Amino acid sequence: MKSPASLRNKVAIVGVGESDIGRVPHMTGLGLNAQAAKRALNDAGLKISDIDGLLTAYSFTEPYFMLGSVMCEYLGLKPRYNASMVVGGASPAVMLKHAAEAIASGQAETILVCAGENRATGQTRDAAMAALLAVGHPYFEQPYGGSIPGYYGMIAQRHMHVYGTTREQMATLAVQTREHALLHPNAHMKTPLTVEQVLSAKPIADPLGMLDCCLLSDAGGAFIVTSAERARDLKSKPIYLQGIGEYHTHEHLMCAPSLTEFGATESGRVAYEMAGLGPKDMDFAELYDCFSIVPMIELEELGFCGRGESGPFVAEGNTRIGGKLPINTHGGMLSHAHAGAAGGLFGIVEAVRQLRGGLGARQVEGAEVALVHNEGGILSSHCTLILANNKG
Amino acid sequence: MSQSLPLPVANADSLPYWNAARERRLVIRKCKECGELHFMPRHLCPACWSDQLEWVDVKGTGTVHSFSVIRRASDPAFAHLVPYVTALIDLDEGPRMMTNVLGDDALSVRIGDRVTLTFEDRGDGALLPQFVRASAEGRA
Repeated sequence: MKSPASLRNKVAIVGVGESDIGRVPHMTGLGLNAQAAKRALNDAGLKISDIDGLLTAYSFTEPYFMLGSVMCEYLGLKPRYNASMVVGGASPAVMLKHAAEAIASGQAETILVCAGENRATGQTRDAAMAALLAVGHPYFEQPYGGSIPGYYGMIAQRHMHVYGTTREQMATLAVQTREHALLHPNAHMKTPLTVEQVLSAKPIADPLGMLDCCLLSDAGGAFIVTSAERARDLKSKPIYLQGIGEYHTHEHLMCAPSLTEFGATESGRVAYEMAGLGPKDMDFAELYDCFSIVPMIELEELGFCGRGESGPFVAEGNTRIGGKLPINTHGGMLSHAHAGAAGGLFGIVEAVRQLRGGLGARQVEGAEVALVHNEGGILSSHCTLILANNKG
Repeated sequence: MSQSLPLPVANADSLPYWNAARERRLVIRKCKECGELHFMPRHLCPACWSDQLEWVDVKGTGTVHSFSVIRRASDPAFAHLVPYVTALIDLDEGPRMMTNVLGDDALSVRIGDRVTLTFEDRGDGALLPQFVRASAEGRA
């Protein structure tokens, strides 16, 4: 297969922002996007007129069709580059890839990427769950009463069956993630969590309980990408894109080639190859964690531990801040926030902040290179990126 | 089960599938060019893109690849059924499909269990392909 043109060192993220998070009933989904965008712009020290491209994802909570154009209108932007991308949770990383390609080819110079929804207060919990049903196949899965936790539950069940992974190991991951969220001033969840609480939480879809499942938050996130040349003169320390790869294998779980091996291995391989780096070079990782089993599978797929070894790897504490490979240092989608495509976008925001340094107790010591992974659908669409605080 | 559960929706790809189900037959697509069997029905063979496809009957036996017991239904139409089982079934012919595991012992289902085909009446003559554990045959 032909290798993609390298995007290594071509662009940098120069601004990041997140909205108020949690239950924010006085703001709309668009408002949350706008607040995050303004904070990212201020973070970069840029003016509105510097933005000549906008990429955004989708919204389940608000009735807009052309979300990219709607955001331009709402923000008063008239960009020469604009699109909305729908590859589920993989959208933020895929949008970064498109932004990098557009900048590298001269289609735009400075692109704002934003996503978010008012999923906690913009609709009822039942309406949110019902809207998300659309992820199941309308004719061959939905008539059987499937649910997103149920689909991921089948993946977890298979992992437990094949590799002996335990519910306690999955619960440990959720607990570690919560510990990280407690170090983040803007995280949705603010109370400590025990393994016992995760195991005894309300059952949702075996083997997953309520605390194995991601949050429904009101939240928006944004980042600004520009050329590596332009980035040098801006206010914040630029964080360079070293490698990025995507891979797509299915949409509906019934058509997944495997329940234990997914597309992250291939998206990661391309990202590592572009960066000229491997898993051992990563100082930390921000892994998509819509359910507790998901980052564990990604640890295996991306080469941080052997196939089937994620349970012990997590239980031994390797993935805590201070461990061998801290993951989801902001609290992830399990404890920081999840709101549409913003969930995975916050992994990018957190990686940038860690690589800039100075996060106090949350700081991964000596962080220079990070991996971020986004997945969408039911582990259907994958995008892996490698970021660094200097040109590699 | 209740007739308030969703009725199957047929389209141009799947009308023969749902018509066969009304006759208590489960049919899948087979490629006449490369021989590949696939689920769900499509216009082209996903392996070789031939449009020369035929419908073949399956034996109606399979194995549970994985499952989840749904304790909180996302679709309100299923709320009265919790807990119920959704499963991925590997048909003996090869393709994988998602169904429920029905029957009195459905909640005891395990990966690797043998299952057999049954049909669930969804009303208006519509029958939905379903499976029961082989030991519980006929108790759907």
